[in-house]
Amino acid sequence: MAERQTRGIIIEGLRKRYGAGETAVDALKGVDMAVSPGEVVGLIGPSGSGKTTLLKCLGAVIEPTAGRMTLGNDVIYDGKWRIKDLRALRRDRIGFIFQAPYLIPFLNVTDNVALLPMLAGHSDGESRTRAGELLEALDVAHRASAMPSQLSGGEQQRVAIARALANRPPVILADEPTAPLDSERALSVITILNAMAKQYETAIIVVTHDEKIIPTFRRIYRIRDGRTEETAGEGRSTEKPETGKPEEERA
Amino acid sequence: MISLAGRDILHGWGKFALTGLGLGLLIGVTLTMGGVYRGMVDDAMVLLDNSGADLWVVQQETLGPYAESSSIFDDTWRSVSGMPGVEEAANVTYLTTQVRRGTEDVRAMVVGVDPGMPGSPGQPGYLTAGRHITRSHYEAVADGATGFRPGDEIRIRRNTYTVVGLTRRMVSSGGDPMIFIPLKDAQEAQFLKDNDSILQQRRRTASNPSLNRPGVPGLLESVITSQSANQYVNAVLVRLLPGADPDETAAHIRRWLRLEVYTRDQMEEILLGKLIATSSRQIGMFLVILAVVSAAIVAFIIYTLTMGKIREIAVLKLIGTKNRTIVSMILQQAVGLGVLGFMIGKIAATFWAPFFPKFVLLQARDAVTGFAAVIVMCVLASILAIRAALKVDPAEAIGG
Repeated sequence: MAERQTRGIIIEGLRKRYGAGETAVDALKGVDMAVSPGEVVGLIGPSGSGKTTLLKCLGAVIEPTAGRMTLGNDVIYDGKWRIKDLRALRRDRIGFIFQAPYLIPFLNVTDNVALLPMLAGHSDGESRTRAGELLEALDVAHRASAMPSQLSGGEQQRVAIARALANRPPVILADEPTAPLDSERALSVITILNAMAKQYETAIIVVTHDEKIIPTFRRIYRIRDGRTEETAGEGRSTEKPETGKPEEERA
Repeated sequence: MISLAGRDILHGWGKFALTGLGLGLLIGVTLTMGGVYRGMVDDAMVLLDNSGADLWVVQQETLGPYAESSSIFDDTWRSVSGMPGVEEAANVTYLTTQVRRGTEDVRAMVVGVDPGMPGSPGQPGYLTAGRHITRSHYEAVADGATGFRPGDEIRIRRNTYTVVGLTRRMVSSGGDPMIFIPLKDAQEAQFLKDNDSILQQRRRTASNPSLNRPGVPGLLESVITSQSANQYVNAVLVRLLPGADPDETAAHIRRWLRLEVYTRDQMEEILLGKLIATSSRQIGMFLVILAVVSAAIVAFIIYTLTMGKIREIAVLKLIGTKNRTIVSMILQQAVGLGVLGFMIGKIAATFWAPFFPKFVLLQARDAVTGFAAVIVMCVLASILAIRAALKVDPAEAIGG
């Protein structure tokens, strides 16, 4: 298990070129981002702008062509991978949330979450305890022994969030996590992500097209033609207004 | 650590169980085919064991009496009895024919033996009911597999016999049950002609002037008598004195009586290497085809199961699952399928083997070999699925 990281994730001048010669395509042309622990930022952009390529680079699934990535206190990419075991990097230090939950259909809810700590070498008991705590925090503990097919879409996505948090990674990459959900559930997921980011000091990057949740981000990175541009978001609250409490205060 | 293979199997147990059932029945057929071969070998060994003989004396240049026809004079046993090392010699005839009881008939090997000499070579070893043959005609001892009972009236060729005793595991090399009858009756049965043929032969003999000479009374009757009597048997079975060398005694008989003699080892070689060799190759071909079909089915099922989990495998790889964990999952499923299939196959083969018309011998040694072969086959069959799983790109989980 990685030590508690303090710097989130920093990306500087990240480039990715597919192919070579005349047919080469520059998917990323110098991306700069920085996400602090406990922060949730949005990454938005039109189709073909490079969002998925950036996500794959950040997830150590494909190798960038140039640039620098720092995860926590470690430089993980600097023209080449500085970490030998990318599989362990993905397992221990990066959490993934997908558009569809992609839970393992033959494992129950607890085991879906406990699988990651187990893969990282933790004992079964410790892994299940940690899974139980996360499920409790995400309010799905009552479905702990259910199979994924028995859960609603929202419950499945909350279990997927618990799985992403299971190894306490410094960064979580969320790829359109609210796409299949209605407004209420989508906002609920963002609420949970904000709470989890703060509770576990995790930097969360949410790739989205979802107009419902874009106003909830305090910071947004817009990606266009392989370059990012940082803008301030509205940071609108995702919680229902409480009586007698001004909007600013809640925000 | 969670057993991914075990959980996947439990999750889709219905599909897994049905696949295991299908594979198991196929393995059951394969084990049974092996058992049929073992049964043939065992029948051949039982035939030799139960004959009580150490040497088989047969016609020169034949592989008789089981693999080829052989005829030697029925008084040869006297000369054989006088050879050094011989304790006892007995005539025997073999005739495979249909034996009728009422309106039913049974394929059987009719064995002609001297009556009143239980314990001699060629006689039924032991009885499970009734008594041995004591009269010179029209009594029979039958193997239990014929379905006959003591007191039954059975018809062999044109004569009717009474079953006086039952024996067991007395079968021919082809697996047909044996029926023992008196030697004289068996000799007659082997060369028995119909009445028209007998009349025709007598007429032809009588019209031959050299056999029906005027002034030589009794000549024609003597010739006809010799024509209608059978003085041949198929073999003389010999039991040796304790400590006697079979090869030495066989050499004596070959040299002085000018007959072919086979020892126990040579007779085994004839039965296994010649008589059932073609059947063995036939069964061998079936076994190879069944093994290939089973392997193809396992490969197809495991490949299909794996391809149905491509997205899950991509997710597992993305979240850091090692390749060996995924390979282990596929291998465990393949081996699990093999173990389930083998258990079902073994139970099925054990259950249905007694219902086969011929003896099916399921040996523990064959079961162990079969189990090892099934496991190896399953491991090999999973290679295709493992290759597909290892090629899965974790990026597929992210999409884009």
